[in-house]
Parts: sequence; C-alpha cells; structure tokens
Amino acid sequence: MKSFKYSSPTDPAGAVKAVSANQSAKFLAGGTNLIDLMKEYVERPNELVDITRLNLGQIRTTTNGISIGALAKNGDTANHPLVRQNYPLLSMAILAGASGQLRNMATNGGNLMQRTRCQYFYDIAMPCNKREPGSGCGALEGLNRIHAIFGYSDKCVATYPGDMANALYALDAAAKVRGANGRERTIPIQEFHRLPGDTPQKDNNLEHGELIVAIELPKNNFANKSYYLKVRDRASYAFALVSVAAALEMNGNSIRQARIVLGSVAHKPWRSLEAEKALAGKPATEETFRAAAEAALKDAKPLEHNRYKVELGKRAIVLALQRAMTGGVSRES
Amino acid sequence: MDDKRLGEDFEINADDSSEISADEEKLLDQLGLFGESRRQFLGRGISGGLGIFALQLLAKEKALAALQSSPDAVFAQNAGLENAVKVSLKINGAAQSLEVDSRMTLLDSLRERLDLTGTKKGCDQGQCGACTVIVDGRRVLSCLTLTAQCEGKSVTTVEGLAKGDELHPMQAAFIKHDGFQCGYCTPGQLCSAVALLQEAKNGDASHVTQNLRSSARNIKLTDEEIRERMSGNICRCGAYPGIVAAIREVQSGRETAQTWHFATDDEIAAVMNKEDKTDEIV
Amino acid sequence: MAKYIGKEMSRVDGVAKVTGKAKYAAEFKVPNLAYGFIVTSTIAKGAIKSIDTTEASRAPGVIQILTHENYPKPAPPASTELKPEINTNVRDKSFRALQSDQIFFNMQPIALVLAETFEQARHAARLVRATYTPEKQVTQLASSLDKALVPNPERAAKPRGTPAEAFKSAPVKIEAEYTIPIEHHNPMEPHGAIAFWENDKLTIFDKTQGVYVVRRHLATSFNIPEENVSVISPFVGGAFGSSLRPNYYPALTAMAARVIKRPVKVIYTRQQMYTGHGYRSDTWQKISLGAEKNGKLTALIHDSRNNSSTFEDWLENTTNYTRTIYACPNAQTSQQLVRTDLSTPAPVRAPGAVSGMFALECAMDELAYALKIDPLELRLINYTEVNPDNGKPYSSKALRECYRLGAEKFGWSKRNPEPRSMRDGRLFVGWGMATGVWGAFQQPASVRIALKSDGTAHVASATADIGPGTYTVMTLIAAEYLGLSVERVKFELGDTKFPRAPVQGGSFTTASVGSAIYESANNIKRKLLELANKDSASPLRTAKLEDLEMLDGKLQIKNNSSQSVNISELMRRNNLVELVDIHEAKPSPEREKYATGAHGAQFVEVKVDLNTGFVRVTRAIEVTACGKIMNPKTSHSQEIGGIVWGIGMALQEATEIDHRFGRIMNPNLQHYHVPVNADVLDVETMFVEEDDKIVNPLGIKGMGELSMVGIPAAIANAVFHATGKRIRDLPITPDKLL
Repeated sequence: MKSFKYSSPTDPAGAVKAVSANQSAKFLAGGTNLIDLMKEYVERPNELVDITRLNLGQIRTTTNGISIGALAKNGDTANHPLVRQNYPLLSMAILAGASGQLRNMATNGGNLMQRTRCQYFYDIAMPCNKREPGSGCGALEGLNRIHAIFGYSDKCVATYPGDMANALYALDAAAKVRGANGRERTIPIQEFHRLPGDTPQKDNNLEHGELIVAIELPKNNFANKSYYLKVRDRASYAFALVSVAAALEMNGNSIRQARIVLGSVAHKPWRSLEAEKALAGKPATEETFRAAAEAALKDAKPLEHNRYKVELGKRAIVLALQRAMTGGVSRES
Repeated sequence: MDDKRLGEDFEINADDSSEISADEEKLLDQLGLFGESRRQFLGRGISGGLGIFALQLLAKEKALAALQSSPDAVFAQNAGLENAVKVSLKINGAAQSLEVDSRMTLLDSLRERLDLTGTKKGCDQGQCGACTVIVDGRRVLSCLTLTAQCEGKSVTTVEGLAKGDELHPMQAAFIKHDGFQCGYCTPGQLCSAVALLQEAKNGDASHVTQNLRSSARNIKLTDEEIRERMSGNICRCGAYPGIVAAIREVQSGRETAQTWHFATDDEIAAVMNKEDKTDEIV
Repeated sequence: MAKYIGKEMSRVDGVAKVTGKAKYAAEFKVPNLAYGFIVTSTIAKGAIKSIDTTEASRAPGVIQILTHENYPKPAPPASTELKPEINTNVRDKSFRALQSDQIFFNMQPIALVLAETFEQARHAARLVRATYTPEKQVTQLASSLDKALVPNPERAAKPRGTPAEAFKSAPVKIEAEYTIPIEHHNPMEPHGAIAFWENDKLTIFDKTQGVYVVRRHLATSFNIPEENVSVISPFVGGAFGSSLRPNYYPALTAMAARVIKRPVKVIYTRQQMYTGHGYRSDTWQKISLGAEKNGKLTALIHDSRNNSSTFEDWLENTTNYTRTIYACPNAQTSQQLVRTDLSTPAPVRAPGAVSGMFALECAMDELAYALKIDPLELRLINYTEVNPDNGKPYSSKALRECYRLGAEKFGWSKRNPEPRSMRDGRLFVGWGMATGVWGAFQQPASVRIALKSDGTAHVASATADIGPGTYTVMTLIAAEYLGLSVERVKFELGDTKFPRAPVQGGSFTTASVGSAIYESANNIKRKLLELANKDSASPLRTAKLEDLEMLDGKLQIKNNSSQSVNISELMRRNNLVELVDIHEAKPSPEREKYATGAHGAQFVEVKVDLNTGFVRVTRAIEVTACGKIMNPKTSHSQEIGGIVWGIGMALQEATEIDHRFGRIMNPNLQHYHVPVNADVLDVETMFVEEDDKIVNPLGIKGMGELSMVGIPAAIANAVFHATGKRIRDLPITPDKLL
C-alpha cells in the first residue's frame, strides 16, 4: 500500500475541495473495498479524505419518498423501519450481501462505488484494461465463469458485483451528488454506472471529486410484492452468480407494472425492460413469468465459462417473481 | 534409568506453576480460572490447571524481552514514518494514544503495536472474519479499518470480553460446546457472537428473516438465523455446530441435544440380529 | 473403570483460546523486530533476467532486500539438483527460496524485502522490479494425461488375479472417469515465523505440525548441528497437512535474521499461501468395476493420475484403499503423475484416500444402480474380513456394525432408490452413503514424564496440537495412568526442547504419543514399586506390576486401596522432588500379523433446488469404528470437521488456474469458497468402539482423516439420487446442475 496523506474533514465542502484539488486523492468511507484494493496495489491514491465524519447518515422521509444518507451504513439502512416497511426489496438486497461485520462498515455511497471482483482486475500481474488501460482483458478468453453475459466489450467483461444497487435500479432511485463548486446534481440511478465500452477504467459517471451525499427513493407500490433472489456458490458470504431484484405492482389479478433487474450479469445492474414489458398487463402466472424470463435473457451473449448464467438467469427470474407474489415473506429454502 | 537421576531437573521448570508470582496470580485471576460456579457451568474437566498456558507463554515472553540486541544489527537508513497520524482511542476500556503510519490498520495496531494478539489476521482482505472486533458496540473487521479512522472510538477485542476474573458467558459457552478446534478464528467468532446479542435485541433482520416488513425487538434467534448471522466468520476446522449451540444457549437459553453417542451393545445387537434374519430370508 | 478415558472433557487450552491469550507462532513479542515481505514471480517458468531493487531500497524504512543475487552462499543445494524421490522421502528436498534465477512456478518467491514496519515492507515489495526470460509452461493436468509417468516402477502395485479378463467377461460393469481440481488447505492462520540468532544458535517460532521436521530442515539449510536450532510452536491455527513438510519461509526468515542480525518476522499473505505450502493435487481417475448379477465384485481397476511439480515427484496415494476395502479376486491399481509447472502438492486432510474413495465410492453407487441393488447392500455383499491383498485378518473391523447402525439411525430403509423420487416441496431430496477408511497408524514417539512429590506431574512431548485437542487428550491419558486429577497434570508440546515426536499428521498422534505416555506411566509405576519395596514393610512386596494401579496419589492393588502406598510420602522418604521417565513407544511387531484400519459409514441427505442448482447438505450421520475413543467431545468435533471438509470438497472448493499464464487466479477466500456456518446443518456422530490391543496398548486408531474420507462421495451420490445427474467432476457447483 502506497503511503498517503490522511485527513478527516467534518464538512462536505471541505471534503469535496480536498479531493478535487488532487487527481490522486480518494474519498474513504467504510473502506471495505478501497482498503483491500490498496493493499493489492490496485488502487494507489496518495491522499485519502475520510468522509465518515460528515453528517450524511440520515434516513428520512421526503415529499416524494425517502432519502438515504450516503454515509448511512448498509446494515442500518437495511434495518431502518422506513426501509423495511416501504422498500423491503432494498433491505433484502443489502442483507443478501457480504457479512454482518461488512454491512456495519460499508456505506450506501461506498456500495455504489464498489469495484468489480474480476480476478484479473485484482491481480496486478495480470492484464486488465479496467486497472491498466491498454493492457488487455484477461477474462475475455480466460476464466470467465463469473463474468458478464450482457453489455460487455472486447475491452472488459467484468461485472458490477453488488446487491444493493440492483434493488435501487428496480426502485427508480437517484443519487444526489455534490461537486467541486458546491453544485449538487441528481443522477438517476440507471445512469449512474456505465457499460465498459472503450473506457472500462470508468465504472460510473461521477466526476473526480464529486461526492455522493444521498440516495433518493420515490414512493412506489412495490412493497407488497417484491423479492431479491441471490444465487451463489455457498449459502452465505459470497458474491452472486446471478441475482434478481423483482418487484410487481398488481391491479387485481393482473400486473400493473413490474421491475426486473439482474445482478452480476453486466458491468452495471441489468434492468430488463423487455421482461418488464412482458409482465405488464398480464396475469401473474408461471406462464407469464416464463415469458418474461425468456425475454430478459433473449439477447444474452455468454462467454466460454458462463453459459449457465443464461439458464440460471431465466429460472431465477421465475423464482423471484413467484416469491415476490408471496409478499417476499418466503425466504430461502 | 538410574534412580540417582530421578530427581534431576534438566529442562523446564522455570515456568513451574507451583511457584507463581503475584503478577501471575493476578493473571490467573483475570483468566477466570477459579471459582466453583463457573467450573460447573463450563462442565466437566475445566478446572484450575488451565492457567499454565498463559503462564508458560508469559515466561517465554519474559525471556524474549531480555534478548540482547546484536551490536551489528542493521537498521534502515531512512526509518521515519511518512504521513504519521495521531490517534486517541479507547481499547478495552483503557485510553490509548498512538502515532501511526496512516496505512496501519486497526488490526496491525492491535497486534504489532499494542501486543493485543488475540485479534487474528486470517486473510487481511475482509474475507474471513478472524479480525472481527467491536467498535462503538458494533462488530467490524479490523483488517479493513484504518487506525486513523478510530479517533475517539471505543474498541473491544477478545481480550476485553471477560469482566475481570469472570469469563463472558459466550466465552464459557464456546468452551462448553467445543465451538473451536485450532482456536484461531475464535476471537473473531466471539466478538461477532457477542455483538450479535445486541443486534438481536435491536430486532435487526438478516438474509433469512421471514417477512422484513414486520419487525420486533428482542428476537430469539433460530438456528438458521444464527448460522446466517455468523457466516461472516469462517472456521476452517468446521466447528460451526458448536458455535451455533453456544450462541443458542447464551442468546435464547435453549439447551442443545447431544449430537454424538457411543453405540450401545443393545443397539449393535438389534441391528446385527436384524441383519442375520434378513440374510436367512435371502 | 476409567476415570477420564472415554468421558467428555472440555479443552484444557480452552480458556487460553477464548481469552486471546493463546500465542500462535508469529505473535510472540520480540525486541528489535524487523518485518519481511515476500515478492513473488509473475511468470510460471523460465528465468529471472534482471531484478531491480533500487527504488525499493530507497523506500522509507527499508533495511535490506534479499534476492537470488545476494542470497548468502554457500546456499543449500537447489531442489532441482537433487534427485527427487516419491512422497515419503522428499521431506527435506523441498523447494527453497532465492537459490537461483530459475522459475519453477508462478508466484514463486523472488525477493524478500526487510523493513522496520510491516507497512513499509509491504509497500517496498511492490517496488521490486523483475524481468524474465519466460518459457512456455504446462499447468493443466487434463491436457497432459498422456504425459503421465510412473516415477518408481519397482514400487508400483502388482495386479491381483486377472483384472482385465475379469472385467471383460463381467456380466455387469461400469466404467467412469472422475476429476478433482486442486484444493488448498486454507487454515485460518497464515503461515509465518519469527526467527533470531544468538551467535550460531537459531531460535524460530514457526507454525508447524512437527517442530523436529523444521529443526532438521533448518539445520541442513544452514549447515549447523540440529541442537543449535530451537523450534517453538505452542499453538497452530489449523494446518491440515500444510505444515507437515518444510515450507520455504522458515529458512528464508532465518536467513534474513542472520543477514541483518535482528529478529525477523515473515508471514505469508493469503495469496502467498497458495504457492507456499502445497495443495491437494489435481487428479484424474478412471474406475472400472465388474460384478456378477448377485453383486459380487469380480473386477476392480483403478487408474489414477495427478499433477506434480517439475522438481519433486508427488504421487497422490489414491488407490491404496481400493485394493483392500472390498473383497474382489481381481484388482489392478496404478498411480501416475504428470510434471507440471506448479509448486509441489502436499498432503491435505485425508490425502490420497479422500480423492481415491471419492472415485471408488461414486463408482460403487453407479454399479449399485446398474445392478439394481441397494448401494448399502452392495457394500455388505462385498464385505471383507481380511486384507484381500495378503489374506491377513483385521485386528478389528466393526465396519459392518457401522453400516447397519448408520442405516438404522438415518432411516435408510425408507429410501426410494429411484432418482428424483423424493421431494420436499420444490426441493429434490437425495440420500447417499459411502464408506470411510483410513489406517490405524502408529509412529515412534517419545515423552518425558516428571512425577512430582507435590502430587502433580509435568508431561512433555514435541508433538503438535493443530486443533484436534492433543493438549487435552494427552492430559487425560496421563491423568488416567498416573492416577492424578487432570488439573494436576501439565502437558506441554510444540518445542524441540521436548522429546522427539512425529509430525501431527496421518491421524497417528494420539496412538503414538498416547502410547508413549501410557508406557512411560507404567515405567513410573515400576520405579515407584521398586522404591516402595526397598522398604521391607511395603504392603506391595508380593504384588506384581500388572496388578497395580496408580490412583488418587496412591500406588495400590487394582480396585483395592487398602493395600497401597502414598506416592508423595514415598518420594519424600526417598528425598525425591520428582521422578522422571523419558520413554519412546514404538509400534508393536504384533501388528505385522494383522491388517489394521479404521472404518466408518457415512450417510447424507441433500436438498437440491433445481431452479438454482444449489445443493444443501441437510443431514449427515457419521458412524465410526476407530478403536477406543479417548475424549468423545473433541472426537465429535473431529467428525464434524471431516463433514465440513467433505462439504467443501464436494460442493465448493477449487483452485482455478489460468493455464495461459500458469497462474492461480483465486488465491483468496472470496473466490476460493470454503464452507461457512450457513452451509452446515444437522450433523450427528456415533462411535462404535472396538477393543483392539493389537494396534497399540490403548486401542487407539485415528479419526481426523477418516471423518472426511467418504463424505464427498456420499454427497455426490445423494445429488445423483436427488437429481438423476451424476456429477463426476468436483466441485458440484450450481452451474453443473442446471
């Protein structure tokens, strides 16, 4: 780990100013990803601005929903009564990730910023365009069981590994960010992360020095019928092979509107408008769900070792929708 | 062997527990080794002789402290700390002031600076849970926490769980239920388990909690809940069932059915007779 | 009636472990300590062209950087210069760091950076720049099976009967290939050491399963007498075979300490562990079974190939139990290896046996289906009371009882053999079983007992306790036979100042060191009797040694405290502060007349979600016949551990190599999955005790390995029963069941 200057300002303006002034500075929040990557020499900032003393941890109602502080811990967010009651999908997604200890450290903003778990990205001896543009993609023709089936480029096939953001995509969230000049802007969550294209080194559309201050969730009618399904190699404490955030709003026996977001299949949470379209206006039957699943995976382009994700994605969508119909009450097994 | 040599003591009595100093007495007390009630709680076989481990190690470290440094020892030309950070924090109730390299994790400060080696380094990457400590009442991973971030915080490590000479009930239950083998993940498991008690009091949910929309405080955790909530602490010896039994007992008072037994002669006779009959029919 | 043996006892080191006071190797506080951080290669094969340490040397805190260019000579011979031998003799011809510019495997150590702090050493390690002359590496077993060779043909097993012909003419037969990837031990404690020199004497705190192995390795590395090396290892945070052979870091650490004349600490990172201590080899196995229609085996052919390194020949002993576990007149086994550009494999819990029995016990299940005979019944039909290779009878073998008791307990008779026939709602339920087997080994081991006139005893042996509870079981055996309460016995281990003991491996520690304690306690008894009978008024003058016991501080006629001598008083009368016996116990020649072994039957239930491919082991029952159980509490924990390891092997564990680079790509615990708490549900153990004084005087057989041996096969068989899918390529991850 490279030596770095450490500071812990107490006002957001100071924090933003400090990072903006130094191209090699980074914000430090929970540290659960950044510190690890620094030990691996994947990240090499020469300055860390610790933002955990900023007062950005509140979770509160707004006129149109709720606002979640960027620095609220993942664990507190998942357990907050406003979230559990109104956005159980978000609680489920957060609780499906990492471990109790990590959720006590990780912040909501940090979770959005977490980087891929691609093995080639993590190993500085290996080629990786995300870590070192121009060095090549090790995974494209290498070990790619956990990699993307949608939206990748020949420069990068990594996936966004998180759980929380998949729920945020389904819930039409937006990130409120603050820039160097003190200007705040709101980025719809669907525009937050990027596909790799020719610049896989950029995970998202934040500018250097921009600080996420809050995540805003609009009101919705999904709370009764939503489910977060995570399929992984062991029962807990593992990244997803495929995950599904499913949310339904019913109109009698038929589906008024739906959200289907797949996780760990692309460089960003993968919302399937095709699946949502296949569900809208249809009765909530297995047949409908299967049609939606087919629609969602129709354009998947698996790599050598991740063909299973296509079938797994389909089955996971059907299962997630079935569980969503039970009110998300029936959990694992 | 010749009887004349019988009384010879040629190797190891420097740390003989039969003659212990006042300091060592105090350590034994701290470890909570004496007292009939606790002995009973721990179950058979846990008794006074246990202090030897602490004493032997203490003796070894005393000897090491006296180690003479070589006159030719090589030191770095340029040994100053870059980016030093001053930190004041509480560790196991005691105030500590440190000046650390900004890169130094809480885990390394505990182990390499403060000689609190109870907190373990398993992966140094947040992937095993061995370094779990409790900061301001919550379990976190000390390997991904910078010491610099701990200004003003209160840290509890495994060394701080016992109250004086009284083991924390969770420590006692881990011994009773054999919730460890090699013991290396144990401090992290214990810190995790102790913090878990508060999480259950708060009514916090987990991945396996049924219906997140209804919530209650003071929840009694099912085995499934305990397993999920303890899954951030890997135990390669596989002592998980003992860990679950220990937490279950402390958290909800539920006793655990014994899951091993010796096959009795009757049991053996019953199944083997059955076999004989089957064979006859065949 | 035993006072302690066979009864539950909590660990004597329990308080030390739950309070954080137990000190593991790299935790001792030593003054003036410097930190070493290892730099590893980024190619798998070739040579180092240049190594530039200029920038690293200038980094703050750096003391010295060792590379092959400045590593002090004369260095020990490089491993390649030695003729490799197979398993048992390679122990001290293991890989040593920084001997030459040659690269034998990816992530091979190429430098050691020494600095004042860990942070400084770790950073400077990133600044060491190496360039290479690479060569094309081969790291894949599957594509090199045709390069397999038999390293020692003269030691290869001979066929029994006429297996090829028998297989050809068998009325029912199956033939299948099974593959197991490289797996790593991943103990929780990373390997590490602290070394310092006092003149020409070396002291090292090391994580090891055998302090004497490390001592010999270091003595030969530095060409100094063994007595000059002191190895200390009181607590080991798991090892599972990874610390049996000498790893490269202790000599490197000791050399660094010698160069900078300061104590040095070196600890592997989790990543470095993947090439720093060996692993379970990649294996490909083919099993051919032939049987009569009534289920009697007529042919058994087991062909096994595993990867090794280019500088040591490692044969995974997969076929050992294939020859002996079932009665079959015609059997043929072969073991071959393929030299790959990877580090050398090592024993991993139940080495050879668990890999071989995975293949054999899956094949037996396949045969049972081909025959339409219940899998358990098939095993009983082919049960053997003798070693089929030599006809020797077993000294004891309660495997039949294990099968029957396990079946009863599990409810096996309710099993519908039809795949996919049992359901629990959405989930498919599968029941599978397999046989476990391991040797009943004993190795020469020494112990020192000092019985003191104050009624306490100090017992010591340079064995290890990597987790099974050796501190506890040795304490209880000594207490039992010295007639003292356990709190009056102090047992120490893990230090070369104590008498020599074998490594803790092969499940032979309790049988070996326990026998030494038992026999040494007998010597103490004899000495006490001699002392007592110097007195003409001794009540024991006519007593025979074998009729005497030590109990509650008295030497007395068994079960008759009226004829007794108070031991403390006897010693004081003779001016003895302590009575010392040093004793080595050796396996009895009587063993040679018999076949010996430990056995078990394992039954598991899985529930499979075919929507997600996810398998859960919902129930596991281990029934074990391994002689006499000393401490059921810790034995039960060993059984649980074996099941958890079996779950990992069957469902999760695989070390993944990108063969284009010959590099391990998941050297961590985020992508290399081991079971977590939520993966382990109901586990039950039943001990079927055997009374076997032939294996050793206390009738102890090992269990740490045995507990794991059948589990992966039982799980794979249960998965087949649940899903109808026969997965022969471990691990059975969700993608394979979709």
